[in-house]
Amino acid sequence: MSGPSSSDGSGATTLSEYRRREQSISLSPIEQQIAEVGAEETREELLTLNFGPHHPATHGVLRLLVTLQGEIVRDLKPIVGYVHTGIEKTAEDKSYWKVIPVIERMDYLAYYFNAMAYCAAVEALAEVEVPPRGQYLRVIHLELNRIASHLIWLGTSALDLGAVSIFLYCLRERELILDLFEMSSGQRMHTRYFQVGGVFEDIPRGFEAKLREFLRDMPARADEYGDILNSNEIVLQRLRGTCPLDAETLLSLGVTGPLLRAAGHPWDLRKADPYCSYEHFDFKIPVGTVGDNYDRFAVRLAEIYESVKIIQQALDGLPEGPFITTDRKVALPPRHELATSMEALIHHFKLVTEGFRVPPGEIYMPIESPRGELACYVRSDGSSKPARVHMRDPSFVNLQALSHMVEGSYIADLIATVAMLDPILGGIDR
Amino acid sequence: MPDATGLELIAQELRAAEGAGPGAASGSPVIDTVFFRGRGTLMVEPERIRPVLAQLRERGYRFLCSVHGVDHYPDEPRLGVVYELLDMGRVDRITVKVLLDAEDPVLDSVCPDGETGPGWPTADHQEREVYDMFGVVFRGHPDLRRILMPEDYEGHPLRRDFPVGGEPVRFTFNERNATGSGA
Amino acid sequence: MKREPLPAAAGSLDERRPLVSQLSSRQLLRGSELLGLNQPAHLSGAELLEGAELERHVHERVLTTNLDKAVAWARSNSFFPLAFGLACCAMEQFHAAGPRMDIARFGYEAFRASPRQADLIILAGRVSVKMAPIIRRLYDQMLEPKWAISMGACCSSMGVFNNYALVPADKFLPIDVYVPGCPPRPEGLMHGVLKLRKMVQDDPDMGWRERYEAHGTEEVLPEPGAEDHRGVAVNGEPEDGHLA
Repeated sequence: MSGPSSSDGSGATTLSEYRRREQSISLSPIEQQIAEVGAEETREELLTLNFGPHHPATHGVLRLLVTLQGEIVRDLKPIVGYVHTGIEKTAEDKSYWKVIPVIERMDYLAYYFNAMAYCAAVEALAEVEVPPRGQYLRVIHLELNRIASHLIWLGTSALDLGAVSIFLYCLRERELILDLFEMSSGQRMHTRYFQVGGVFEDIPRGFEAKLREFLRDMPARADEYGDILNSNEIVLQRLRGTCPLDAETLLSLGVTGPLLRAAGHPWDLRKADPYCSYEHFDFKIPVGTVGDNYDRFAVRLAEIYESVKIIQQALDGLPEGPFITTDRKVALPPRHELATSMEALIHHFKLVTEGFRVPPGEIYMPIESPRGELACYVRSDGSSKPARVHMRDPSFVNLQALSHMVEGSYIADLIATVAMLDPILGGIDR
Repeated sequence: MPDATGLELIAQELRAAEGAGPGAASGSPVIDTVFFRGRGTLMVEPERIRPVLAQLRERGYRFLCSVHGVDHYPDEPRLGVVYELLDMGRVDRITVKVLLDAEDPVLDSVCPDGETGPGWPTADHQEREVYDMFGVVFRGHPDLRRILMPEDYEGHPLRRDFPVGGEPVRFTFNERNATGSGA
Repeated sequence: MKREPLPAAAGSLDERRPLVSQLSSRQLLRGSELLGLNQPAHLSGAELLEGAELERHVHERVLTTNLDKAVAWARSNSFFPLAFGLACCAMEQFHAAGPRMDIARFGYEAFRASPRQADLIILAGRVSVKMAPIIRRLYDQMLEPKWAISMGACCSSMGVFNNYALVPADKFLPIDVYVPGCPPRPEGLMHGVLKLRKMVQDDPDMGWRERYEAHGTEEVLPEPGAEDHRGVAVNGEPEDGHLA
């Protein structure tokens, strides 16, 4: 089942080791069933295909061992770990402030969400309040990141399905969003903008005008993408009715986010258990009906419009006030105070060298990321470094649903389903 | 989240139910309850994790969000496995925690179906990750092997006594001495 | 089929232009010169060039090079990058191929999926212990000549994560250009690719070393026991002729 045995001697030691390691992966039970039934009865053999970690259509370095009967997928085993970075181990080694850039790089398309989950967890542990302006600024950046993440998903999925030009259109929009991020924090990606207690800096002059311009144009652009893809017969045929999965199975597999909403279960943490002043905003949750690939696509596309609405409301209602907590034990004092106040200087020194201490305890803080429930588990032992930081990544759990989704469908549907699943390997592998 | 009294009530009910249940060993399954920052945690005997989760499922906590591990080094017992449950109907969360020794950490897997009821398929990859990172062996898991590290890796990286590792940073003064990369 | 010449306006070139079939071969070879077309202004008619004028004529029209340089020019302007993105840097790689920072204006937009067809591997992202042998296999499958760019801090050095799980790329691959950044902007990646282009054209851009006439990574170190700590200049000679 896994190729020639290591009988060819010369120079094939590495080859045979590799094959031996592959043999340790026991493949589908269906193969055993077929072996029991007898090979004569089933005319077709089962073929194990390796969608290797390097593949243009797997989003990132995902390896899939697919057992095929002809072109029909009978079993699927995802193998992950190819971009495992030891983020959680590194985070135990750094003070709370310094963990933020490390943890941001986990789910590398939704970097603000990683930072938000972590900062919310530490704020709950340290009992730090985020001022309203800080919360609204957080919401604006989170929803902008949601739109950016959905745009890359749309671009790469359309690329996988063959509609190549959508990729460039989505990147055009994403450039505008990254310009906005660069205006507020200086960096396009992994901005370290969210800090424990609020945000790092206030938005500059010109940000609001540019953001309003973007919000004015974005719905029309999303309409464009919808029109292009919804009138494309090939895309519709590849997405409609392929690989559906019902909400019961998804719930037992722990799947959340657009996948669960596409199956008809309206669960969104922003509405069910609001955090960070999401309860102040009026928006809808797009919910699908059948749970096939088309519904997953439509739900994410509709979420872009809802995010635009949220940002509009947050921008219109942006309150005045501090953008980060005034608790100097946790947040850096503003620089102009350092020249006049001795306490500010001492606080600054303490925060920059050792960092702030968090009372011992553990907490699990979930938020709604573009892929589902992203949660951060922080355990503190009273020192200035966290004792354990664990991110419950939605893609890691959603990946388990893939084998259930594609069983019995074609390879082409497998590609479309992987695209609609929206896995981010950085989150899966951490 | 159940408030502090709600949490105590749940713990009492679990103790009562377990005492009367079939094949129940003596002693209560719930060792302790912790109510911290508005969240409730049940500390549970390692052998009773499956019945406790089944009971909580009957009470409505039907969604298992996360299974993850903690290393409490140097406190004993060292390894902890944390189960986060969610009741979507009432938007209620509860945490169940199990503590194990590091010498021989074995725990029943909650993934497969068993005599206590249906399993939680979502725990499949997550228990594999706990095994990979902490070394906790899950009895009854359908396919327990390393998920993030290479298959033949030795050691469990997220234990606190495992070194962080890494390459020495090369400056000009130790450029030739530091074993590093490249020319 | 007989073709009739188009009626021409009086006094225009078309009157003078005969049908091609009526010209002799010699006339065809020197055709434009005979008609007074394509002549520099200072030459008239069908003169043969001599001396300095001939040299100038040749300089304006003929380029000599050697085969290596020509091949290097062609190779450098037509990299086929391998479509290989690991992590966050891959997002910025997409943007480098995107509409604003268009990698196609340099000719590098043909991202190939198969390593057999690619000659440039841009390692975009963090290389984990599990992935390193696979990248080595991909690199081995690429055909000569091939180049490698290490994009981002994680594969150039260890980046943000200096821990057990990562491998710096030059431990298992010969890297030509390192692009720092976390993640590098698309402009940064383009800067790196264009540096590689200059390297392939056999004209590596030495950057600051050119400006300061430096070699390698020497620092200015104080001479031991020197009275005035002026130190030794970068390329080994004492500054200002001072012997410390």
